[in-house]
Amino acid sequence: MAMTEVVVENVEQNVKEVLARYGNNPARMIEILQDLQDIYGYLPREVLREVSHQTEMPLTRVYHVATFFKAFTLKPRGKYTIQVCTGTACHVKGSYRVLERLEDVLGIKAGDTTDDLMFTLETVNCVGACALGPVVIVNHKYHAYMTPAKVESLIKEYREQ
Amino acid sequence: MKRIESREALLELYRELAGEREKEEKYIAVCTGTACLANGAQEVYDAFKEELAKRGLDIQVKKGEGSVSLRGTGCHGFCGRGPLVAIHPRKIFYQLVRPEDVPEIVEKTVVGGELIDRLLYEDPVTGERVLHEEDIPFYKKQMRLLMAANGQIDPKSIYDYIAIGGYQAMAKAILDMEGDEIIQEVIDSGLRGRGGAGFPTGWKWEDAKKHQSPVKYVICNADEGDPGAYMDRSLLEGNPHSVLEGMIIGAYAVGATEGWVYVRKEYPLALENITLAIEQARELGLLGENILGSGFSFDVKVARGGGAFVGGESSALMASIEGRVAEPRSKHIHATESGLWGRPTVLNNVETWANVPIIINKGAQWYAKIGTEKSKGTKIFSLVGDVNHTGLVEVPMGITLREVIFDIGGGIPGGKEFKGVQTGGPSGGCLPQSQLDLPVDFDTLDAAGSMMGSGGMIVMDENTCMVDVARYFVKFLTEESCGKCVPCREGLKHMLDILTRITDGEGTMEDVELLEELGYVIAHASLCGLGKSAPNPVLSTIKYYKDEYIEHVRDKKCRAGVCKALVKYIIIAENCTGCHVCFKRCPVGAISGEPKGIHVIDQEMCIKCGICKDVCKFDAVKVV
Ligand SMILES: Cc1cc2nc3c(=O)[nH]c(=O)nc-3n(C[C@H](O)[C@H](O)[C@H](O)COP(=O)(O)O)c2cc1C
Ligand code: FES
Repeated sequence: MAMTEVVVENVEQNVKEVLARYGNNPARMIEILQDLQDIYGYLPREVLREVSHQTEMPLTRVYHVATFFKAFTLKPRGKYTIQVCTGTACHVKGSYRVLERLEDVLGIKAGDTTDDLMFTLETVNCVGACALGPVVIVNHKYHAYMTPAKVESLIKEYREQ
Repeated sequence: MKRIESREALLELYRELAGEREKEEKYIAVCTGTACLANGAQEVYDAFKEELAKRGLDIQVKKGEGSVSLRGTGCHGFCGRGPLVAIHPRKIFYQLVRPEDVPEIVEKTVVGGELIDRLLYEDPVTGERVLHEEDIPFYKKQMRLLMAANGQIDPKSIYDYIAIGGYQAMAKAILDMEGDEIIQEVIDSGLRGRGGAGFPTGWKWEDAKKHQSPVKYVICNADEGDPGAYMDRSLLEGNPHSVLEGMIIGAYAVGATEGWVYVRKEYPLALENITLAIEQARELGLLGENILGSGFSFDVKVARGGGAFVGGESSALMASIEGRVAEPRSKHIHATESGLWGRPTVLNNVETWANVPIIINKGAQWYAKIGTEKSKGTKIFSLVGDVNHTGLVEVPMGITLREVIFDIGGGIPGGKEFKGVQTGGPSGGCLPQSQLDLPVDFDTLDAAGSMMGSGGMIVMDENTCMVDVARYFVKFLTEESCGKCVPCREGLKHMLDILTRITDGEGTMEDVELLEELGYVIAHASLCGLGKSAPNPVLSTIKYYKDEYIEHVRDKKCRAGVCKALVKYIIIAENCTGCHVCFKRCPVGAISGEPKGIHVIDQEMCIKCGICKDVCKFDAVKVV
């Protein structure tokens, strides 16, 4: 499967707008990068460069923040982000087995995106629904009490949507 | 919204709103906390809205007799049974409600006053149906000081909060009390920080008050990094004003001018609700310049965390608000002297802040009667894992673990054996059966090798492997270690290697000793609390479950059936009915057998994914 091309547009304008939201204050770097990630789905190289350029912060510092926190990703993401909760409660209920099964079915490891840009697979640590574990979230929709046996039909459901 | 400029105006508004509430004959409270939402509570709420509108009962549409108001409330705590719905004034408590049930509920219960048996909670022991929330065993032994309002108010409405007496403690504090008096009250109450370490809150405030500075900060820590706990989230989502009120009181007491709430990004609803609460309080004049004409001015901002466990550590959190990466620094100087942007700063946990209005309202003496000698008040736990009733429980300090797990939690599901309970998250430890009668308080749990932590309480049954649990936490901490200091960065990596070796069946007896040695060094030489407490999960499991470590090493056996390298899946011939389901579902075709015949798993091909066990209705697949 060929890697789908991702186009990164309006970088200068978008960065400018987001920076303005935070009064051009580089101390709000985390929020600035979160908002830009919301626009592009990830943090493209051009965007980080532009942030560094407009805030006059060294690119290394922008990059440091972008790579330190789990919430940021430097790679393009799929249409659906599948988050497997690997918090303690979900782990004890067997979420690692659900994760393995997802990795098998999608043919990717946690942290990666399928070549057709359909799915990004991630782990998260506790999403606050511990009572319903194992929990899997697909683009903000919660799927409670997941098991390896339910994985295939879940993926099928989203592929067909 | 009209600004409230004086105590009298606040009182007047309270009387008016409380009066309206009393007149409100009927209301329906649908829990819209995160767990219930995950279970479909939004659909239930929408169905009520539609049904009430259809029947012309919606109070929004028509006031007066017979009309009904609908509230989406915060978390009620009984999350395993969601979506939850309470019908007031009779407080009829329905659980596991589906949108399809809604027309019937409105018809029979809201209008007709009849009960719908199947939606009531059934006591598993007596088989009786329970009518009210407070009579359900899950709630009976609880003491809900902080959580109670969650089920009664719409967290998106400041008026709802004021109607139940909200912001009265603030008024009392900033109009009638001196900062020192408030601090003394908090010291006398015995309140200790709920973020994990249990540091006395009043002392911290006293220290920050002492340091002179034109600018001081108070911060609310809502990073909630413990990967198995969600009480801070529920408070912020369900009753954000109580946290805010606590912060205003604290700020006034220490002389702070600005506050921050640091919320993790994974908590969108909490972010939304606290942001809205701040805006509403500002509009009403309960935040901002000259609050209630007291001359005291204070405002609060929200910062989003980036999702790093260490980001919840105090110095790392402040670095993160300042826009830097969340790396801790060593603490020769306390934050109360030089914290955020070098100014005196008080950092407290969400739950700590939420306790403050209660202490001011009811007095230190009243508060100090709850709990044990050195741990006062209540604590909220997220009681999860292998326990019948999962959810959030608020209990007085000093209650025993057994009471929480067996009386409130209803014991272990499926008749399985209790194996351990984990408290304190990645910094805590696991306690076995023999420790179940320990009272839950800061010092007792510490002494037993675990800790209170922020409130995760994960119950584990016989199918949990304790070596795997230790490995799980060390893996988590290895990923979350910021890497600044060597003992934590390198030490944890080695611990993980060793634990992986053991769970892979390649460990030696020396490995277990090495773990203990490493644990000692990491605990003593690390820079911040993450490293200092990181060995706890390993050391506590070695202390209480050494035989399991030995089994993994010597007998290459995992009795819980968790460690893949040490187990196999087999089909018990007597139980196999030849239904052929496992054959069809096995993703690698490792199962052979004809329909109606006995099935067999090819061990060479089996990838141990466990699907056959999940789909077998006859309990024929065993892990050995
Ligand atoms: C690695 C690490 C993570 C922490 N995470 C949190 C957290 O998520 N929430 C929290 O309130 N405190 C957390 N703490 C404790 C804070 O450093 C701090 O002690 C606490 O917020 C102070 O508030 P309290 O006195 O009200 O408990 C963490 C500490 C460490 C060492
Ligand atoms: S551990 Fe998965 S939701 Fe909390």
